[in-house]
Amino acid sequence: MNIASLLAKKGPKVVTVQPEQTIRQALALLAEHNIGALVVVDREVRPIGILSERDIVRTAVRDEAVFVKTVSALMTKDVILGLPQDELESVGRTMTDRHIRHLPVVDQRRLIGIISIGDVVKAQRDLYRGEVETLQMELTEEHGRPGER
Amino acid sequence: MTRPGTETQPLRVAIVGAGPTGFYATDQLFRQPELVVDVDLYDRVPTPYGLVRAGVAPDHQKIKAVTAAFDKVAAHPRFRFFGGVELGRHLSVDDLRAHYHMIVYTTGAQTDRRMGIPGEDLQRSHAATEFVAWYNGHPDYRDLTFDLSQERAAVVGVGNVAADVARILSRTPEELATTDIADYALEALSASRIREVYVLGRRGPAQAAFTNPEVRELGELAGADVSTMPDEVELDELTRQALEHAPDRGTQKKVEILKEFARRTPTGKPKRLVMRFLVSPVELLDDGRGAVGRMRLVKNRLYATATGTLQPKATGELEELPVGLVFRSVGYRGVALPGVPFNDDWGVILNAKGRVLDAQTKQPLVGQYTAGWIKRGPTGVIGTNKPDAAETVTGMLEDLARDIHLRPSDATPEAVEGMVRERQPQYLSYQDWLRLDEIETRRGKETRRPRVKFTRVKDMLAALGRA
Repeated sequence: MNIASLLAKKGPKVVTVQPEQTIRQALALLAEHNIGALVVVDREVRPIGILSERDIVRTAVRDEAVFVKTVSALMTKDVILGLPQDELESVGRTMTDRHIRHLPVVDQRRLIGIISIGDVVKAQRDLYRGEVETLQMELTEEHGRPGER
Repeated sequence: MTRPGTETQPLRVAIVGAGPTGFYATDQLFRQPELVVDVDLYDRVPTPYGLVRAGVAPDHQKIKAVTAAFDKVAAHPRFRFFGGVELGRHLSVDDLRAHYHMIVYTTGAQTDRRMGIPGEDLQRSHAATEFVAWYNGHPDYRDLTFDLSQERAAVVGVGNVAADVARILSRTPEELATTDIADYALEALSASRIREVYVLGRRGPAQAAFTNPEVRELGELAGADVSTMPDEVELDELTRQALEHAPDRGTQKKVEILKEFARRTPTGKPKRLVMRFLVSPVELLDDGRGAVGRMRLVKNRLYATATGTLQPKATGELEELPVGLVFRSVGYRGVALPGVPFNDDWGVILNAKGRVLDAQTKQPLVGQYTAGWIKRGPTGVIGTNKPDAAETVTGMLEDLARDIHLRPSDATPEAVEGMVRERQPQYLSYQDWLRLDEIETRRGKETRRPRVKFTRVKDMLAALGRA
């Protein structure tokens, strides 16, 4: 299973922010969409960074002026980007190993979606559940459920 | 008016597509406490079960047995089946909107992905899915023909469909004769002159999608010697590192099995099944008469993407394989339904967690949902569609609680039946199907097969005394 199948049912909505916007504007977007991170994109919708709640919290504890700072000042620049054909297993491992909670997904360098570690975990759980379900159905038909037949 | 879902005003749901997901969605709805729901399940073919009947290989009867669970769902008094009724042909989305509170599309992925290489449209180059539907007796595919007088065939892909096709091509007539393969396919395959079957994977043995039981099965065929190439099943450095970092017994076992195939010496069985890795077809070459004569392959090596997924990259080293028959099996793809927003990039209905979205506003369309492969793309096993359908049904119940649903003008079971009867008088009910099932099974008993399938709609109707 790959990232494409996660994006397929997420809808086309990706909330983005421009690097020159303020943290106040970014916070408004986070609150409005009830999300934890924003992808920072340039004018060609190419991801150039990611801005998470944590990035803002970290600055806020030592800097009262956080609200008027620009997104580019606080964003994480070294962003790992996913591709639609990347597989859930390696994506999940990379995200866990490197403590990444949000992965922007690109096609030809343009942003096409974002997935969270929660999306990956849920998809993996559904895969396992699906395998167990299938095996159970096969076994039930072969041997009958206890108490039945 | 009160909210639908009560004894006096049941929630009326239409589900389009009677494959596993259609049944799972039905089951989830029936299991809701204190919800009275009528489910009408539609399918464009007269018979239910979708790919379990028309996709799962005939020599995998154990998997086909999952249909018993679907029959239990269908036994619910508020369930109806309308087989042979097609959306866009007999009924429109507006017809459904006029008769139901909610509609769920579970039509699966009806077509295949193309390789996108020159020569793909030559004669004797086919979609594996068409071959599968043909040998399984799907009424829309039963009249296709495949030139089995060729001696060498290639199956492109290493997923379960590729494994199925390779196995069916390699089976002896005796092995096939005990399955429920379509009669005409049994006859054609019994006369097959295929001696060599190549299975081609673009990545290495560790990345092959088929499961270990599927691989093992390829090594136990009565009439075919299996082999792999020693250098192609040896793990590359990146794969070795990945497995060291995150040991995976299943993958290690799969590689062991494939390595063991490389050490085997042919035992003189009439056919050879050759599994190749790290190769991609780049062109199908004309035999001079408009059909496939050879296939040009490029060797690949693996590289890691930013997230650590190992992907193939062409090395430029080319090779030619003499094959006269090609089956591409590089993935399924969903087909758009008339009047339903489609996401062409992913080949799925435009949706968010199963709620169908308006193509312009990207906001949910009231009362329209989707589940299964047409929602998320063709991934997972049969049972994966259960949690997937559950996610969709959860959204439906949330919407119902907020009184978001269609306001049908004529929401009675009788009105629907009248409409269907008028548009498609030949439709099959579940009772009809159960009778057909019994006849098919009885015909099978006489020849010691699980069943002998009806593959023409008119034969089904005749057997039911309706022609």
